[in-house]
Amino acid sequence: MTTETTSQERMNIVIVGHVDHGKSTLLGRLYADTGTLPEGKIEKIQAICRQQGKEFEYAFLFDAFLEEQQQGITIDTARTFFTWGNRQYIIIDAPGHKEFLKNMVSGAARAEAALLIIDALEGVRDQSKRHGLLLSMLGVKQVTVIVNKMDLVNYREDTFQAIEKEYRQFLTQLNVIPQYIIPASAKQGVNITKVSPETPWYTGPSVLDSLAHFHLEAARNEKALRFPLQDVYKFDARRILVGRITAGQLKIGDRLVFSPTNKSASVRSIEAFNIDSPPTQATAGQSVGITLDEQIFVERGHIATHEDARPLVSTRIRANLFWLGNRPLETRRTYTLRLATREVPCEIVAIHRIVDATNLDDRHTQLTVLRNEVADITLRTKAPLAFDLYADFETTGRFVLVDHYDVAGGGIITELVPDEQEDFRTEARERDSAWVTGDVGAEDRAERYGHRAAVILLTGPDTTAKGFLARKLETVLVAEGRHAYLLAAENLQRGLDADLQDSRPEEMVRRFGEVARLLTDTGSLVITTTNAFQQATKDIVQTVQTLVNPTPVITIHMTKDQAGPQPDVDLIFAGPEDFDACTHQIVETLKRKGILAELSGSQPAFQFSI
Amino acid sequence: MKHIRQLEDQSVYILREAYKNFDNLAMLWSMGKDSTVLLWLARKAFFGHVPFPLLHVDTSYKIPEMIEYRDRLAREWRLNLVVGQNKKALAEGMNHEKGRVACCTALKTEGLKLLLAEKGYTGVILGVRSDEDATRAKERYFSPRDKNNEWDFRDQPPELWDQYKITFPPGTHIRIHPLLDWTEINIWEYIKLENIPFLDNLYLDQGTGQRYRSLGCAPCTSPIQSTAKNVDEVLIELRNSHVAERAGRAQDEGRGMEQLRKDGYM
Repeated sequence: MTTETTSQERMNIVIVGHVDHGKSTLLGRLYADTGTLPEGKIEKIQAICRQQGKEFEYAFLFDAFLEEQQQGITIDTARTFFTWGNRQYIIIDAPGHKEFLKNMVSGAARAEAALLIIDALEGVRDQSKRHGLLLSMLGVKQVTVIVNKMDLVNYREDTFQAIEKEYRQFLTQLNVIPQYIIPASAKQGVNITKVSPETPWYTGPSVLDSLAHFHLEAARNEKALRFPLQDVYKFDARRILVGRITAGQLKIGDRLVFSPTNKSASVRSIEAFNIDSPPTQATAGQSVGITLDEQIFVERGHIATHEDARPLVSTRIRANLFWLGNRPLETRRTYTLRLATREVPCEIVAIHRIVDATNLDDRHTQLTVLRNEVADITLRTKAPLAFDLYADFETTGRFVLVDHYDVAGGGIITELVPDEQEDFRTEARERDSAWVTGDVGAEDRAERYGHRAAVILLTGPDTTAKGFLARKLETVLVAEGRHAYLLAAENLQRGLDADLQDSRPEEMVRRFGEVARLLTDTGSLVITTTNAFQQATKDIVQTVQTLVNPTPVITIHMTKDQAGPQPDVDLIFAGPEDFDACTHQIVETLKRKGILAELSGSQPAFQFSI
Repeated sequence: MKHIRQLEDQSVYILREAYKNFDNLAMLWSMGKDSTVLLWLARKAFFGHVPFPLLHVDTSYKIPEMIEYRDRLAREWRLNLVVGQNKKALAEGMNHEKGRVACCTALKTEGLKLLLAEKGYTGVILGVRSDEDATRAKERYFSPRDKNNEWDFRDQPPELWDQYKITFPPGTHIRIHPLLDWTEINIWEYIKLENIPFLDNLYLDQGTGQRYRSLGCAPCTSPIQSTAKNVDEVLIELRNSHVAERAGRAQDEGRGMEQLRKDGYM
């Protein structure tokens, strides 16, 4: 390429399609005919082919592994570079064999546009359709279809039209409109870099020219702000919140609210290294660092937005998911869900149906999702998740599931499924956004008191001495100089709850949660038990958690049953005899979780959140 | 220079993911243009700090200027520099005359393995790029290596959107490649844009009509014919060149690279 201008745009394009329909050949031909290959590369491959007694194939240029050349297939996605016009293209050659679908997905997930290849002789095959479906799920909306090997059907227009019609219909069901459908022969170089006389009936562009018609993603910075936190740094005096803005923009002075915690503060500065004047705003796509005017508790996984356009929050979502794992996806097994920078355990609640890629109308139900299948599912996360619908925001509307050590599936969120906490969550959000604060922040209190606020909730059946342990814990903590308070739910009954009959247990828990919210705002450690409530423990814990959010709720379960299944809590005491030891263990747990600072001398030394 | 800033944003994101998710992380620095750009990106990502050690696998055959440059930057940028060497192989007289692939394997691959084993790093950041050679074109950003440091390129993990492989069985480690999407030209564009100090007396023509395009060990790296005396002239030369970058690197010949990389080479 003889151009001295610097390329101003970069674009990732993936080449997909059924095995042996000619993806690697097209790529090789594109490079050879535009003079993009390094000197001697073709000659080198030709020499190897002669040596092995094989016919030269353009595919060998990029099928780098010995095994790939021996079998004549692409095993893994290759990234190649190619500059044309004013653009630098990264062309990703994805494997077409069903066996290597996870590699195809890895390639396509990076792409902004796709070339989908169909063999004119073989017509539309399984992977032609499966790849089409996956492209639409991966967010690749620009597709040009290439009907390859037209030389094998004597460049017949009717053969081309039949394939065009069939595939166009299929794409329509996925809401994908192909930009072009191009008849071509990669092997013979027909319609690759220029339109050739073999197809006089074709009036569209060549493959090379069609690339220029793909456009870069429309400005994501016109959308509402989405800034998922990646980390919080304290290398020097600055406490810098870093992350990549996935939509919208932010500027100095903007009021940000963090979901799902509902904490808010304003942007004080935008930090950068080796730059003359520090930036005053940042936009989608940028990896940035900001400082806030208040030291609020934030951590990786929280999503910062402006106050008027927050993400959704729930523990239940409905999604379309493709599964790549070796083990089938099953209900009632725990997976790790990762959405932007958030990581949370989850469970599949329901598999509604399996989507058949080769026949989109044909959906059937199944108890598991097998490798390479696409399914419509509902899942439940262990903690509230902030997210968007995929139709509204790409990056915060999709997730992956991790099984064992590997990313094993990817999903796009189609629906928020309301959970039991929906009303309480709305109440907490509205209450928090109107909350009036003094000049003393949570960090000031934490430094002064030697601990962060928390709720310590003792659960378990009757007569397990929950109340006894709660009193003991309060005594020990206060003796250490901590601000701990035993909040017995009984104490609300004749006062705050005097208007309630026993028939409204849910409202009693709500009021209790609001009182706990007030006390934790004072920076206190609130100790309590489930003794006085008439609700299932699980519901009590969830409601309190929602109402005091983001203050941590530490659950401690007391039981007489030493065997049996145990609930998922922070600590379990099965038939304890030594309550001093129990108290000590709770204190150690609180330290490990960063709630209690270590005591050093007379004054507890404490650093907030980092 | 919008495309360069896009590359920078992506690499910074990857570096921050690595720093967050790996307890025992290190970055390989060969003092070449790529790993120096990588080091610069780390300073960008962490606001002037480099919060992990920089590893140099010293074959003892490096060009002397490279070592002087290494020690100077380590001082100026307050780097935690860790130098490793396969002393046993050197004591036994290993050099390129015993075979280039054998020498690379002993002094670089084995040298790196020894260093990783000694320090127990679970994440290693490297400056490899897809356009360097065909096996690197198939790499992941986060690429697992097994207990023997081997790369199973037949069964690479899926890499979706910006979700990388950050969990792995004990005894294995992850190679992290933040520069995978950069080309040789992008590297020089960035060096110019950010004014990054590089080994100019090796990478630029000093009046002899020659310069190094890629730096390795002195015996196995040869300079190219070039009169490029500054970064702009390098860029013009590269935009008009059809010669592969690593043409001057002897170990790349034949199937050398596939075998080397499978066994744990950078």
